Amino acid sequence: MTTTIDTLAPVSAPRPARRGHGWRSARSAIGTIPFFGYVAVFLIIPTAIVVIGAFRAPGGAFSWVNILALGDSTVIDAFVASVVLSAVTAAIGAVFGGLLAYVLVTGRPGSISRRIVTAVCSVLAQFGGVMLAFAFIATLGSAGMISNLLRDWLGVETTGAYLYTVPGLILVYTYFQIPLMVIVFLPAVDGIRAQWREATETLGGSTWVYWRRVAGPLLAPAFLGSLLLLFANAFSAYATAAALVTQSTPIVPLKISGAITNEVNVGHADLAKSLALGMVIIVAIVMWLYALLQKRTAKWLG
Amino acid sequence: MRRKQTTIRWIVIAVIMAFFLIPLLSMLYFSLRFPLSGKWTGQAWSNVIHIGSIAAADPADYGQLWTGLKNSAVLVVLTVVIMVVLLVPTMTWVRLRVKWLSRTVEFICLLPLTIPAIVLVVGLGPVYRIVSNVLSTNTIWLCFVYVVLVLPFAYRALDAGLAAIDLTTLSEAARSLGARWFRIMWQIVLPNIRSAVVSACFISVALVLGEFTIAQLLARDNLQTGIFLVSQSDGQLAVTMSLAALILAFVLLMVLSLFSGDGRRTKGASA
Repeated sequence: MTTTIDTLAPVSAPRPARRGHGWRSARSAIGTIPFFGYVAVFLIIPTAIVVIGAFRAPGGAFSWVNILALGDSTVIDAFVASVVLSAVTAAIGAVFGGLLAYVLVTGRPGSISRRIVTAVCSVLAQFGGVMLAFAFIATLGSAGMISNLLRDWLGVETTGAYLYTVPGLILVYTYFQIPLMVIVFLPAVDGIRAQWREATETLGGSTWVYWRRVAGPLLAPAFLGSLLLLFANAFSAYATAAALVTQSTPIVPLKISGAITNEVNVGHADLAKSLALGMVIIVAIVMWLYALLQKRTAKWLG
Repeated sequence: MRRKQTTIRWIVIAVIMAFFLIPLLSMLYFSLRFPLSGKWTGQAWSNVIHIGSIAAADPADYGQLWTGLKNSAVLVVLTVVIMVVLLVPTMTWVRLRVKWLSRTVEFICLLPLTIPAIVLVVGLGPVYRIVSNVLSTNTIWLCFVYVVLVLPFAYRALDAGLAAIDLTTLSEAARSLGARWFRIMWQIVLPNIRSAVVSACFISVALVLGEFTIAQLLARDNLQTGIFLVSQSDGQLAVTMSLAALILAFVLLMVLSLFSGDGRRTKGASA
């Protein structure tokens, strides 16, 4: 992210334009100062504080102390747990969301079921945070609907304690990952033409050949791209986990909040910065790969 | 073969929709059922509606939820206003006059997607210490960072809107008739990209109503932190309030998705 800041900072000042744009164009850039000033204060400076803070000792001098603290076994465990949680939910979301998207597209175009499902997905993809945690507590918690039904009908007692662990989080995160997959993957599936299948059949290809040689390779970049977006989405999520998991801090976002709120030990605030830097680096790499795949997808299915 | 495919299609849709629906139904069930006695009651819903008077009667348990609710209402308005005032003129101006900055503006607007709220909040501490000194520690000033959070979504909506109109011709026509920039913005650009602005506003409303991370870690009170706090003393009210907020967001985004769907159809029809 350091490079980002280096390249962005000069833009906020009205610098002379690149060659060929002339003085007039540079003067026109003055009109964008409010925007650049605003994002500098509320986006660029906070990011810079994180990045610079990660490399500073409590006194203010340059140091590797905070970065080295990332090698601590509990920190590594947190990153591993976060990556596993994000990867598993992204995979589950991608498979089921992709299946749903495919089913929707192959149905009658413009059908009412398609419109309803897309609308529901666009709402649920945004549904996260504390409210999602409560939805699952109301479902699987000790007094939840499913728990009560299991008890009344089958005589099975469940406490729903697993909801408050990482496997529980996987189930909860799946709830917003599947709809998000539908939303981001649907345009790619829409790009598949029925004629391609007909052409494959005319040339004697079976369904397997069609998927293996035609649709599969075409959809692969879009599918992988969506998978990465889902990964970044789960990796950045904090509120749901914060509302569910209160006892320990098994994933990185919870570890960061723990480090921020732990005011007893001053050094902890700096650990928050190096943890945050670690998160940004991972998300940035994932989003960069996503952008690359997105470009490839646009070439074939745009 | 065809029939079999149709059956499979409906099974897939039904199973996944059931997965979507069960937690929502459970919230409704939880909100209507007394947890201990199992009696059905609408008390929690009546409490949600009368949250103001309940908070006045029992400020220790419900005060923060009521404050948070009011703060979130103000935050929604402030965020939407700042977002529109900041983005629409800048994006219009960049399209008309400073095309070479358009990639930079796009990059910055999409940047919050790679900087999670939990990361942003780490660096926001010092910034908000200054905000607190200059303005106050009031929760409503979170609107500044909320604008940053909605930036990617608002940018995409507005960019699509601006791309669909002939901005250069419109603004030149207005200027040749003597209109000034403010008037062009207010009377020419805004009305022409109305549906894009509405989309941007709806998505901002939904995001602001659901925001928890930054409010909690900067120790401010909004709707979500209020719900979180009240859940520790009154779980049923917390679930009911969540469902109410969710239904509101549902309605907003449903209207939005139908709205944008219509927009695409009419555009297709006229082309």
